[in-house]
Amino acid sequence: MRITAPLIAAVSALALAASAHAKTLDVPAGDGAQARLQEALIVAEPGDVVQLGAGRFVLSDGLSLDVRGVTVRGAGMDATVLDFSGQKGAGEGLLVTAHDVTLRDFAVENTKGDGIKSKGANNIVYYRLRVTWTGGPKETNGAYGLYPVSSTGVLVDGCKVSGASDAGIYVGQSKAITVRYNYVEQSVAGIEIENSRDALVTGNLVTRNTGGILVFDLPNLPVMGGGNTLIENNLIVGNDTPNFAPKGNIVASVPRGTGVMVMANDGVGIRGNALVDNPSVQILVVAYPKPYEDKTYNPLPRNVTIGANRIIGGGDDPQFPGGAELAAAFGKPLPPVIWDGVATPTSHSMPDLTEGGPVLSLGLPGPSAGMAAARPDLIRSAAVVAAMPSPSGAPAALNLRARP
Amino acid sequence: MRLLAAALLIAGAVITAAAPPAAVPVSDAEIMAGSFPAKLSAFGFFADGAKQVPAPGVIPYRLNTPLWSDGAEKLRFAYIPAGQKVRAQGEGLLDLPVGSALIKTFKFGGKLIETRVLLHRTGGWLALPYQWNEEQTEAKLVLAGARLPLVNPAGEAISYAIPNKNQCKECHAAGAEVVPIGPKARNLSARWLVDLAKAGKLDAVPAVARRIPLWEDRAKVPLADAARGYLDVNCAHCHKPNGAASNSGLYLGWEESDPIKLGVMKRPVAAGRGSGKLDYDIVPGDPGHSILFYRMGSLEGGISMPELGRASLDRDGNAMVERWIAGMKR
Repeated sequence: MRITAPLIAAVSALALAASAHAKTLDVPAGDGAQARLQEALIVAEPGDVVQLGAGRFVLSDGLSLDVRGVTVRGAGMDATVLDFSGQKGAGEGLLVTAHDVTLRDFAVENTKGDGIKSKGANNIVYYRLRVTWTGGPKETNGAYGLYPVSSTGVLVDGCKVSGASDAGIYVGQSKAITVRYNYVEQSVAGIEIENSRDALVTGNLVTRNTGGILVFDLPNLPVMGGGNTLIENNLIVGNDTPNFAPKGNIVASVPRGTGVMVMANDGVGIRGNALVDNPSVQILVVAYPKPYEDKTYNPLPRNVTIGANRIIGGGDDPQFPGGAELAAAFGKPLPPVIWDGVATPTSHSMPDLTEGGPVLSLGLPGPSAGMAAARPDLIRSAAVVAAMPSPSGAPAALNLRARP
Repeated sequence: MRLLAAALLIAGAVITAAAPPAAVPVSDAEIMAGSFPAKLSAFGFFADGAKQVPAPGVIPYRLNTPLWSDGAEKLRFAYIPAGQKVRAQGEGLLDLPVGSALIKTFKFGGKLIETRVLLHRTGGWLALPYQWNEEQTEAKLVLAGARLPLVNPAGEAISYAIPNKNQCKECHAAGAEVVPIGPKARNLSARWLVDLAKAGKLDAVPAVARRIPLWEDRAKVPLADAARGYLDVNCAHCHKPNGAASNSGLYLGWEESDPIKLGVMKRPVAAGRGSGKLDYDIVPGDPGHSILFYRMGSLEGGISMPELGRASLDRDGNAMVERWIAGMKR
């Protein structure tokens, strides 16, 4: 059964008739797209498909979906474009606040804030979406491209993001996460997993961002204690875009040219990646460096395990405070793994290198100590190696929605 | 009737028509039915819609400090079905029985623009927006919201946004539920609550230790009370632990006592360019370096706060918050 969205009265009546059969609501591009598409997103029932036609949807306001189990599907990430260049209100292009939603095969361009956000939306699938700011990397671009937050069960798969002034793909305060086969470029962070657990980040290409893949845990948030995250089999290449994040955001402190950066967290594995030509540092492991008041927060990284990765180039142009001095002292390129050296006797904060090799420790006496206090040294990995995390990632059922 | 008379007094200049309203009852069926009525008149909330004269049983009320919406004049009404009572819940939100409705009309320049209704159905609250026609004879459902050009009381031409049904919920969310925002005992007049109880429509008059001040008294009350009341009403429907902005960790409710959760020297988490290149939500003594004040002063999508319902600047509200931050001890 197919229904055209403008027939709103008819659709309303059907929507309320508790129809047992899923239906498809066709929304073609063209005049009045804002009202027609938003109406379809409101009257859709669980199980329905909102089918976006090919073409450009010119939108004036953010869209939102609050119906469980709906699929929003376009004609392809290049064929169906939601164009927010003239957006007047709302904090993002599309906001999803219901569980079991699938978003696939369309593009979102030039939102004023974030591209697509889902909050409190469990078991969500983002599949083959494209989010971009067409003017290239700019501080005035929206913060996040794809932004699932406060959710359990997140699959971000086969998407393409560029130009985000914070992270292209950002998963925050969530659990059971898979981010795979995505292509993120020219954003400040390619992929960021923040205050989240059980995340599998695999098979992604992140290139020409400021930093490739970040795993952060921050204080003073409702969900903390991130960890059990695996960064595996990614291509992390030439992340050398100058940091264009607006100051005040934590990613504004990411050095240009970082491959993988771990800040705080308990249990992060990094293996099987190709880390190529990330000029500042291929892998950086640090404590949360800013003052904070939060007794429940642990600022130290713990149990970070670095397995076999393909390391090519990189570390030859360290652009962080003290980088030039380090290069003078230890020669270029710097070793691929740099740690700030902040630890307690029991914290197991120094990253373990399962394949051996030295860690360049900055020897900082505390998280907020400046580089003037650094006592850098090359140290060997501890004899006792933390187990590599093996997060389950997103539930398998989400897989079937991406590839039925 | 005594209650209605008292309520009319509270509503003041708004409802001066003493003419007895036509005795057409409110349609309990439309409030409770599973549908979205296409016309506001279907509910029968008004004896005279154009003049906003409520039908019998529809009770006007005001809030001590109201949400600012581009300077709209707002008319608020509550409907409680016959034979039922509102339950007081301390200083917080009144618990209106199933079958109740809250009705809020927005006027600019004497013209009715929209009426938003909250219907308490068996499955929970439902929020629906209705837009008034040019003739002011009827308001029709705009599920997807609408934009229209109008001039606000400051004389500025703005693109005014009527929220869509989902946007209604964004502000009215508490966890997965839709709930009313306004009628919290602490933001209602004691007299109105007493009258409601006397009319047999409220189970008990709730004790309120500290009321949100009347907005028009803001210069006479402690600045912190006025400012915290303003933030509660304008921000805390999202910025609360189970609200749409829960993940920010910034909680601006009247009851919040943790300075960091209130934003004092708290760093932003997902603000993007909303940070305005500043480091903290509130820097005591320094509104110019406070993200909260910066975002209240912006009209740009992605920066301005609140995200919904504001196309112009609340200069009075902003000035008060500015003074409040400026006066905070460093």
